[in-house]
Amino acid sequence: MIRIEARNSPPMLLKVGVPIFAAFVSLLLAAIPLAFAGANIGTAFVEMVRGVFGSVFAFSEMLTRATPLIFTGLAAAVAFRARLWNIGAEGQLYLGAMAAVAVGTGVLDVSGIILIPVIIIIGCFAGAFGMAVPVILKTRFGADEVVTTLLLNFIVLILVQMMLEGPLKDPMGLGWPQSSPILDQGMLPVLLDRMRVHSGLIIGLILALVLQLLITRSVWGFKLRAVGENIAASRHAGIRINRSLLSVAVCSGGLAGLAGVSEVIGLKGYLTADISPGFGYTGIVVAMLAGLSPVGVVVAALFIASVFVGADSMSRAMGVSSYLADLVVSMSLLCVLIGGFFAHYRVAWVSAPAKIKK
Amino acid sequence: MMDIFNILISESFWAASLRISTPLIFGVLGALLCEKSGVLNLGIEGIFVAGAMSGWLAVWLGAGLLGGVMVAALTGALFGLIHAILTIPLGLSQHVSGLGVTLFATSISYFIYRTALPNVTSPPRIEPFRPIDLPIISDLPFFGPVFGQQTAMTWLALLMVLVVWYVLYRTPLGTAIQAVGDNPNSVDAQGLSVYALRVGAVVAGSSLMALGGAFLTMSAFDAFFFGMVNGRGWICIALVIFASWRPGKALLGALLFGAFDALQVRLQTEVGSFVPGQVFLMAPYLLSIVALIVAARRADYPRALLVPWFKGER
Repeated sequence: MIRIEARNSPPMLLKVGVPIFAAFVSLLLAAIPLAFAGANIGTAFVEMVRGVFGSVFAFSEMLTRATPLIFTGLAAAVAFRARLWNIGAEGQLYLGAMAAVAVGTGVLDVSGIILIPVIIIIGCFAGAFGMAVPVILKTRFGADEVVTTLLLNFIVLILVQMMLEGPLKDPMGLGWPQSSPILDQGMLPVLLDRMRVHSGLIIGLILALVLQLLITRSVWGFKLRAVGENIAASRHAGIRINRSLLSVAVCSGGLAGLAGVSEVIGLKGYLTADISPGFGYTGIVVAMLAGLSPVGVVVAALFIASVFVGADSMSRAMGVSSYLADLVVSMSLLCVLIGGFFAHYRVAWVSAPAKIKK
Repeated sequence: MMDIFNILISESFWAASLRISTPLIFGVLGALLCEKSGVLNLGIEGIFVAGAMSGWLAVWLGAGLLGGVMVAALTGALFGLIHAILTIPLGLSQHVSGLGVTLFATSISYFIYRTALPNVTSPPRIEPFRPIDLPIISDLPFFGPVFGQQTAMTWLALLMVLVVWYVLYRTPLGTAIQAVGDNPNSVDAQGLSVYALRVGAVVAGSSLMALGGAFLTMSAFDAFFFGMVNGRGWICIALVIFASWRPGKALLGALLFGAFDALQVRLQTEVGSFVPGQVFLMAPYLLSIVALIVAARRADYPRALLVPWFKGER
């Protein structure tokens, strides 16, 4: 008979080892769809590796792709730690991006030292607002935040399309649904000459470190973890749950909003309705691979970005559909979930207890 | 006001409402069945996509419409089984597993579609289900045009409402499924398998969801498009709460929703000149949120929803 025993606390080796193993397995599993597509599996993997590590440019593209994933990964990790299911990072990202173009395209013509922080703060507020609403609906009316955040993603995306055909539309854009460009001094500096990787990455890395400290060392972090682990005990201990959830929501939404800001003022320079190919949803995978640890999010984001950039380059070279990357990413989520089971439980074979005769 | 009244009494409006409701009826029933057993299935959005793609592909490869429906249902069952294994015996987070299944089902469907049809510029078309002309009903005033324009899949959806209601409320199996969603220990004490009941409900519910997807490619349209599901699965999750987990109310919710959607399309042509079209596109999602706010507090949640259960552990 199989018995499942809970481990008191998973050993550190498993905590770190399981996500790495899961990532590795999901890459190996990519061989199946590759074979289905009739591609040479070995060549495909070599192309993928070359697509990320083959040149400085390739590597910088991977870092560029990782930047928004760090922000959305952190957004998911912070919320999930408190068992607040923010599935709305995609919408909050667009709210942040919209706020960035609303203030950054000429309304406020000041020097960059003032303009960039203003754009960042307003973008954070917009994202935070996007998550505060579902949490207030949850605490006031009991409306499940999973469903409301998911639905808000669609609402915000339609709102973006509306704004890009209306008030935010670039009058010089030849009719394309895109916003006016961000003022030159409002753009984040790039990190390497002639590459696209920008200082949004540095902001993301700093935030990951700050959040790691906040979650593990601060009272706020303690409350957040307490609410996530046992809501009844937290209430009993005198933590004001609603207030705590709202602060987590503001933090998570703000981070997702920053992802949008960073894409607009770091990379694109203007807003379109397809600025995010699902960074919000992928952020959930990043957070889960990271075991909801902020520093882990950075590593996981680099991995997922490598999968996307590597698979893109492979698919261009070999004609395999680039949906392979999404497939690998989704498989890595399922693998890390299953791996998490083995980290938290021990499966033991025990002899069956003697049957009692009826 | 007169315009709205004229729309509401028109037969084509009600025929459209029923058509728009059909995928939602399948989806709401599927989600309801999973949740009645205590398992939230956020895989629904991806299972819709997988059902839409696999059913369509089967027909396109020559399996026939009936074959397509069966392939879609099986595909849904397969993804349901993945979610069931992860959440029931392994007891993993139902939220994360469901989202994982949605991402997996969506990406694998897109990948297979792209790989099977690499060089198509416009999506290839199949011969979809045709409206069924029923002998007596078609001749009735009003009801004739409303029900006479529906395809076999709409009739199947309505039939499934009855089937799900009957199984849940009139059979011992249904009693057991409801009990396992409320108090799994009591079911275990009866000597029934909590795992088997939950896995069965999730697998069956997931194949219903896939039929909702199949309706899109095999009845509403005749081709598969990327992004065609467009949040319908998530709307179903909201509708289940609105329906307070009752099959009859679920049908009503889906129909109301379909009617509202059909109404907004018609209103759009009336007032489209001074209200941006996107306001109407937003309406279904806003309406779902409103439905959730109205119903959330009064909803009769299955008490063991989201709570994992392990054998031999109290």
